Amino acid sequence: MTRRQELLLGLLGAAGAFGICEAVARAGIVRRSYLPPASEVLARAVRLAGDPAFVDGIGVTLRAWALGLGLACAVAVPLGLLLGAVPVAEAAVRAVIEFLRPLPSVALIPLVSLLLGSGTQTEVTLIAYASLWPVLFNTVYGLGETDPLARETLRAFGFGRLAVLLRVELPATAPFIAAGVRISAAVALILAVATEILSGFGQGLGIFIAQAQTETDGTRDVLAGVVWAGGLGLVINGVLVGAERRLFAWAQEPRPEAEKLQRSRP
Amino acid sequence: MLRLDSVGRHFGDTRVLDGISLTVPDGQLLSVVGPSGCGKSTLLRTIAGLLPVQEGTVTIDGTAVNGVPEQLAVVFQEYGRSLLPWLTVRDNVALPLRRRGLTRAARRAEAEAILERVGLHGAARRRPRELSGGMQQRVAIARALVCRPALLLMDEPFGSLDAGTREDLEDLLLEVHRTNDTTIVFVTHDIDESVYVGDRVVVLSPGPGSRVVHDLPVDLPRERDQLSTRSLPEFVKLRTEVGRAVRGAPLEGPV
Repeated sequence: MTRRQELLLGLLGAAGAFGICEAVARAGIVRRSYLPPASEVLARAVRLAGDPAFVDGIGVTLRAWALGLGLACAVAVPLGLLLGAVPVAEAAVRAVIEFLRPLPSVALIPLVSLLLGSGTQTEVTLIAYASLWPVLFNTVYGLGETDPLARETLRAFGFGRLAVLLRVELPATAPFIAAGVRISAAVALILAVATEILSGFGQGLGIFIAQAQTETDGTRDVLAGVVWAGGLGLVINGVLVGAERRLFAWAQEPRPEAEKLQRSRP
Repeated sequence: MLRLDSVGRHFGDTRVLDGISLTVPDGQLLSVVGPSGCGKSTLLRTIAGLLPVQEGTVTIDGTAVNGVPEQLAVVFQEYGRSLLPWLTVRDNVALPLRRRGLTRAARRAEAEAILERVGLHGAARRRPRELSGGMQQRVAIARALVCRPALLLMDEPFGSLDAGTREDLEDLLLEVHRTNDTTIVFVTHDIDESVYVGDRVVVLSPGPGSRVVHDLPVDLPRERDQLSTRSLPEFVKLRTEVGRAVRGAPLEGPV
């Protein structure tokens, strides 16, 4: 499938989903106050782009998102490299990690709010905590996938342990790390909006959704806010996928020679 | 001078190398040949310092090897895995020069000069995976030569290439060896190849517990040619002798 066909099919799917939502609401299958027609929600979402207060809120949410995600990467990548490169360290912290990892981050919102208040600090902390894991695990996993022959080659050329880590293992792991960052970017967005909804005051996309919820005819605004959250996720994912394709083209190129050899072997 | 004294090695209960003793004078191209699984690669990795010496000693110019020796270069069979796919061909070749404190421009200039020598000047800015297998192995050879190593270890470097490419690279290796004074240990399982490129051929017995079972000088002229050298009676005689030793057959009489 070409890139263009993929895009076309994606648009077709979106149009289909839009059509169904619209039809369900217009046909009166669901009460209008539960599910306003998709066209109304979309129109409201578009109008919100012209609302300075709303746009400021998006800015606040995105700042917290970027800060939390950046913090998570700054901790997870070095930590992942350490754990991947030093088996003793990995064995020592494995139990702690396996304990912390399955905790749903959203469940920590009340606790962290209690400790840090309901401001940006709480939001950034929770985002960073939740988005730490995908980056960390992908870094450790990617490091384990590094070709030992490439490492040996550099060692034979006289490079020390640290130089091999930086020149072979880190670049070879970079595509894995990037995939982890992409997963974390979505997790971070969820946490940003969820923390704002639950903490309930200040500024941000989650705050907009939480406040719309309390109004009499608020479903349309809630859904318009949700459309924005989804749209942000889509754009972020698209940008990151594009960046990965560009940066790690070497990792995706087919290896015609290797394949040929595989086939020629009995 | 590279010297191995009763070098032995085991992995768990499996004995891989059993008392290998060898002396390789400076500038010699030594072929090490033996059946698959006889521990040739293990021997090479031990000399390279990638595996610790378990028994016996390895010395270079009288100094015991402990870790990776200075001025060493290696070429492995799996060029696709030993080249770094995210670097251009030129940067792959320039990589070993990083330890020399040269400027980026100087490193690139040296890399391009050596690429020219292995016939790859036009490919400097491409990435390894865009190249054919033979070209990738040329890149690996260029990378090995760029530091003018005193000792070059090659582990079945042409084992996965087609016949024509293999012959071209054998000749490239001979040409490089003629113009440099590098000592080369060339591991192969190909009997003809071991004689064609070698100044001397050492045959290892099948594992486990490989030993040197045969050691013979190759008294062919240094100027070699794929067609005429391979049809010389001396070449045929040598390859037969090596072949017998590899198969564990007596050195006289029918194989």
